[in-house]
Amino acid sequence: MSCGPRQDGECRAQSKEMEGTTRVLSENAGTITTAEPTIEKETRSEEDLDVPWQVVVHNDPVNLMSYVAMVFQRVFGYPREKAERHMLEVHHKGRSILWSGMRERAELYVQQLHGYLLLATLEKAG
Amino acid sequence: MEICRRKGVIEISELDPFLAELLRQIPASANPDGAPAAEQRLFSTPTTGKESELCAEWKTYVEPELRRLFQTATQTVAADLEQLNGNEKSLGNRTLRIPSKHADAWLSALNQARLVIAAKDNFTEGELNDHCHSPIGSRRDLSLFQVNFYGFLQEFILREMWSD
Repeated sequence: MSCGPRQDGECRAQSKEMEGTTRVLSENAGTITTAEPTIEKETRSEEDLDVPWQVVVHNDPVNLMSYVAMVFQRVFGYPREKAERHMLEVHHKGRSILWSGMRERAELYVQQLHGYLLLATLEKAG
Repeated sequence: MEICRRKGVIEISELDPFLAELLRQIPASANPDGAPAAEQRLFSTPTTGKESELCAEWKTYVEPELRRLFQTATQTVAADLEQLNGNEKSLGNRTLRIPSKHADAWLSALNQARLVIAAKDNFTEGELNDHCHSPIGSRRDLSLFQVNFYGFLQEFILREMWSD
């Protein structure tokens, strides 16, 4: 069971009930006994429930392709090939998801990208 | 015009008065004041518009930092460009020496200028990619030439940075 997205800033504790029953077959009598259902409780922290955020870079006709690739290498530490792959995705598809994860880090990346004058946004994943 | 790198300096020599003037205009061209489209491009929103609270915080806390960052870069470039301000041989060709450690400031200032000009003149992608454009015949043509000339300098600086 996957944990759903956090809503209204609340951390939702989730309980998971094992609905199935365990059937045990007695060797000599051939009778069937049914064990008590097992109830498992599972609590997840707010951090676990946080929706991942994506750092998206959008195409713009002014920034040079070589410049954009250099910025990706610098900001994300990507090797040249990966940086160029993302740059080409921005160029051909209009946008590329450069990174996804916690919101604060995503904001920091977007701020850095704006410092290099790229068109970048952060978006909730999914 | 010739451009090369030697001993930690990017040297642009044989600069005729026209190209020297275009270089002098970098700091002024990077200024988005009075052009909302240029202002919006330099200080774009951090979301696609659904997170109004984040956008408001961004305007309050991040935008001033970005302004300072951009201004520092243009000030560095303006200081380098003072080499072109001498009175002697004002119609002769000039040489501009850019310290390699200023390369990032130049990349930023050139980018700011290109984005501001493109936003002010509302250039289309087709115009920006038309490298066989006819000779300069209007103010708009001159702006497009300026964008391409600054792009050429960016490409050279980037190539030199890659080669390190």
